[in-house]
Amino acid sequence: MSGQPVPSGRVVVTGMGAVTPLATGIENFWPKMLAGENGVGPVTHLDPTEFTTRIAAEVLDFNAEDWLEKKEARRIDRFIAFAVAASTMALKDSEIVIDDELRDQFGVLIGSGIGGLTLMGDQHRRQVLQGPSKVTPFLVPYMIPDMASGFTSIVHDLRGPNTCVVTACSTGANAIGDAYHIIKRGDAVAMLAGGTEAPINEIGLAAFSAARAMSTRNDDPAHASRPFDLDRDGFVIAEGSAVLVMEDYDHAIARGAKIYGELIGYGMSGDAFHITQPRADGGGAIRAMKMAFNRAGITPEQVGYISAHGTSTYYNDKLETMAIKDVFGEKAYSTPVSSIKSMIGHTLGASGAIAALTCLLAMRDGKLPPTINYEKPDPECDLDYIPNVCRTADVEYSMLNSFGFGGHNVTLILKRL
Amino acid sequence: MSQDILNRVKKVTVEELGVKEEEVVEAASFTEDLGADSLDVVELVMAFEDEFGIDIPDEEVGEIKTVGDAVTYISKKLS
Repeated sequence: MSGQPVPSGRVVVTGMGAVTPLATGIENFWPKMLAGENGVGPVTHLDPTEFTTRIAAEVLDFNAEDWLEKKEARRIDRFIAFAVAASTMALKDSEIVIDDELRDQFGVLIGSGIGGLTLMGDQHRRQVLQGPSKVTPFLVPYMIPDMASGFTSIVHDLRGPNTCVVTACSTGANAIGDAYHIIKRGDAVAMLAGGTEAPINEIGLAAFSAARAMSTRNDDPAHASRPFDLDRDGFVIAEGSAVLVMEDYDHAIARGAKIYGELIGYGMSGDAFHITQPRADGGGAIRAMKMAFNRAGITPEQVGYISAHGTSTYYNDKLETMAIKDVFGEKAYSTPVSSIKSMIGHTLGASGAIAALTCLLAMRDGKLPPTINYEKPDPECDLDYIPNVCRTADVEYSMLNSFGFGGHNVTLILKRL
Repeated sequence: MSQDILNRVKKVTVEELGVKEEEVVEAASFTEDLGADSLDVVELVMAFEDEFGIDIPDEEVGEIKTVGDAVTYISKKLS
């Protein structure tokens, strides 16, 4: 063993893969996102007749057998299959060659907010109707949220740090931030990092309905997810995954890798306020953003694009706007902000990772994705939300927010190289 | 009767273990020839229970090592 190389202290993104309600694969979904396409429709994964919310942003072009062995594809929970697919695409995109030395220094940190809820629901039904001896031995391994990382490491034979973050809807952003620190401190040369979620099943839909968090615009799904619009009435549940290949800067340069950008800031905080509602003064979000700027060593004036958490709930959009104004001051009004959830709904634990990926594509192409369904301005949400149409802009720094039930607040700052 | 049982055992095995039908011969061991691990065996036994409407107690699972063993065991249960 030659031991750990000296870390450069800088972490870049060299590969990306995504499974989203608009399409699978970054070059498939990205043009659709820039065109402002809608990914929300009637629920098809189950019969939603009895549910108060009957709409979702489902991934409809995904076949687990394209990414896994047949036996595994049949048994595994969808959240793991998404992670394997996104990881496989990200590794291919990075063109990284993994030899035995790198293998030991290549880790995986793919979080999930919920884990295998579909399998859990199905097996619970079996246990109740058919008895305890009918529960599959695969329930435990394919339900636990860390299996996205575990299974991915098995598929790609990656033997470095392997762990998991579970912070509800901020999971994906936390995973990327934590992977950044793992590489920065030299515990890994590269990491697959991101989030995955597949919550569209009976118990998931029932539970989020009960929490009164979701839009009930069932007769008009295409206009249900409307972040920052006055008529917003909750988020639209969604599924998907995004995984990044994160890599030590020197290692990426030495192998001549394509570099999407550098992660330069990671901030997080806890609201310490309420299990589901954000703190009324936006204090938690403000502290996360300030921590990220402090780490990044740049000022809000330098940020050219903000990817908002923007869930389309009354409280989130109002309080996030307030928090951005607190941190950015007057500059808040001239900084473009958008919520990709307007198009792909809320992918929960995957959302922060999908947002990071879109920030990098936006900086690469000089095109900022819009907030669609923006029709009626809300006096409490008075920023430039890139309404309905994508925008051309030369952006060197972008920032994203990601917040989760439990009062988790995460901010990432990315730099184009 | 036992040909019918063999065919159904083959069908379930192909589905559960993701193996090719021609591999599922009577002499094939589930663990040594068909790649089943301990969790696969539990799942396979449950699938046999569902397919044939029988109960296979844990202490009798050890009798079922090969495809032929499964056919013999299930035939006995159904007779």
